[in-house]
Amino acid sequence: MTPIPHETKHASRTAGIPALLKTALFNALIALVLFSLMVGIRTEAGSDGQLTYWTRFGELASLVAAVFGGSIVIELLRQWIGPSGAEKLVPPAVQNGMSFVGRYVAPVLLGFTLLMPVIFYDQRYILDLGILVLTYVMLGWGLNVVVGLAGLLDLGYVAFYAVGAYSYALLATNFGWSFWVCLPLAGILAAFWGVLLGFPVLRLRGDYLAIVTLAFGEIIRLVIINWQDLTGGPNGVSGIPRPSFFGIPLDNSDDGLAAKLGIEYSPTHRIVFLFYVILALALLTNWVTIRLRRLPIGRAWEALREDEVACRALGINTTTTKLTAFATGAMFGGFAGAFFATRQGFISPESFTFQESALVLAIVVLGGMGSQLGVALAALAMIGGFELFRSLETYRMLVFGIAMVLIMIWRPRGLIGHRAPTVYLTKAQAISSDLVKEGHG
Amino acid sequence: MDYFTQQLINGLVLGSIYGLIAIGYTMVYGIVGMINFAHGDVFMIGGFISLITFLILVSFGLTAIPLILIVVLLVSMAITALYGWTIERIAYRPLRHSFRLAPMLSAIGMSFVLVNFSQVAQGARVKPIPPLITGGYTLHESADGFVIQLSNIQIMVVLTTIVLLAIFTWLVSRTRLGRDMRACEQDQTMAALLGVDVDRTISMTFVIGAALAAVAGLMYLLYYGLVDFFMGFVAGIKAFTAAVLGGIGSLPGAMLGGLAIGLIETFWSAYFSVEYKDVAAFSILIVVLIFMPTGLLGRPEVEKV
Repeated sequence: MTPIPHETKHASRTAGIPALLKTALFNALIALVLFSLMVGIRTEAGSDGQLTYWTRFGELASLVAAVFGGSIVIELLRQWIGPSGAEKLVPPAVQNGMSFVGRYVAPVLLGFTLLMPVIFYDQRYILDLGILVLTYVMLGWGLNVVVGLAGLLDLGYVAFYAVGAYSYALLATNFGWSFWVCLPLAGILAAFWGVLLGFPVLRLRGDYLAIVTLAFGEIIRLVIINWQDLTGGPNGVSGIPRPSFFGIPLDNSDDGLAAKLGIEYSPTHRIVFLFYVILALALLTNWVTIRLRRLPIGRAWEALREDEVACRALGINTTTTKLTAFATGAMFGGFAGAFFATRQGFISPESFTFQESALVLAIVVLGGMGSQLGVALAALAMIGGFELFRSLETYRMLVFGIAMVLIMIWRPRGLIGHRAPTVYLTKAQAISSDLVKEGHG
Repeated sequence: MDYFTQQLINGLVLGSIYGLIAIGYTMVYGIVGMINFAHGDVFMIGGFISLITFLILVSFGLTAIPLILIVVLLVSMAITALYGWTIERIAYRPLRHSFRLAPMLSAIGMSFVLVNFSQVAQGARVKPIPPLITGGYTLHESADGFVIQLSNIQIMVVLTTIVLLAIFTWLVSRTRLGRDMRACEQDQTMAALLGVDVDRTISMTFVIGAALAAVAGLMYLLYYGLVDFFMGFVAGIKAFTAAVLGGIGSLPGAMLGGLAIGLIETFWSAYFSVEYKDVAAFSILIVVLIFMPTGLLGRPEVEKV
């Protein structure tokens, strides 16, 4: 945590070296007080329940020194780049180049993804990682309908993911229903829960909505933990059947796909199959979202995001608009959940914590809220970044939190800002949506 | 009846702690208009700092409990207040004029930072302390042997809460700072035009909120005898529920809501099921927002175009 120096009103651009040192010293002093007890002293409960402590002044000193150095670097960078608020003019040549690249990123990425199982056929780790990334791409696209298009901040998205996962897990283990039957059911059930959540929160907006969805997510998780007869409680559900290729199992048996095709069996077949299943599901999500955006309902979502009061004044039924957004987003979450269950073969409430919701939300926000490509890239960056930090398990979430704060400060609209409504007046208007507070007109 | 009275006492004590945290939410929401999502974790930090200060004092050979408590309280309030100040400076101030969801997301990030910072710095294990304040009074003993206990620590929690509330009410209603805060709550631009330092006032709001959360952290530590890095999340949501229930933006409302949530939770655990006590608290949040969006003492939000 590097305290960022004052957002001084008097020009920090021209601040000299003494002022710079003063700021850095001030920040270091603050850091010293903040970390003195939390870092300088380490407590631990001994075996007899007695608390002991030892000092860590070395770590404390290096942390304070890091803050001191960091403040100087940040301040210098700030003077070099200029005020962060100012709009920078991008030269047209660069802009054209960017849009040229932008046009081809999506097809290239899609092509690469389609070929991934072929290229990395022998590298199971990469395929597994690809499946994970695609799951989050799908979740991100699903949540994008609610947050990015309709502008409803949903902090409990993981609840629908959980509903989908448990729907499939319980239907499959108790009744032996196949994945392909359960998949739509999981989606419908999740959508049903989405509507159920949607009804009470229709009148709420912004922050209240966020907290209620968060509470809803926690309620679902707590019920899953405590309703042991149905869900197995904290132990979860295990032995969830693997998906079949439309009835043909992907195993080593005589009925298996490999035997039918007359090729040698390999466990990789299933991984590749799973890869294409989640890719298809994710692309379905994307396609449906893109199509919906062109329908009146999609337009209504965007209108709702831009200005709820104006929306109502224009005769848009905000109730159904919000409900459909919730239901659609939840349905995709349910699909992803069912896929998650069949891929893991085991699910427990551990997988559906608030952190998961925050991660998906961070993907959507980082991706620029509303941009399909942005969300996909953000999921890739996020999950890929998580994998890179895998060895630093404990620091991972810390870095994630810091990144979230920094991104909000640096680019609140996401890395690939794309919040422009699909329809807009071609003539320049005096008032842009940026000048108007969300939902408040 | 005896059982009921005992639960009533327990609920009021728990409610006092929630109320202290809820004040931080309600003040920030009133002035800045954002949910300080990291506030529950500031409460957790307060608990940790209390614990560490306590350990150091004891290892220096201090034995006088009242002295220890006062020093721990002051140190914890001071350092936690600085945490509140820093969080506002880093995560919220740059976003004050950004779009509506930005500070909320930044706050969620900050919450992750605090939780995981504590975990990295102090380890994931629960930290227990021996009971500091023991003893109590037996109020009533029924024929079948059920005893209504009022322990000293419970008395202390409630008394501290009342004293702090009195100081705080005086601060808001009688001092220059309180006047500035109320002015900023009504109209920041106008307040700035009339010579109120808005930045400073908002900073002070966070500082006071964090200091009260630190007190709540210390009370929690004394009452339950333990802290862990994850305790801020659930406590934070419940305190926020309390603030909403009481009418967000209203200070007496926050306290009232805190007591209500404490009582509901305690009675639910006592008469229904312990497992579902959090579900009960969260359900109440949803129900309140549906039927009483302004809470018990809140003012209706005016829809501006």
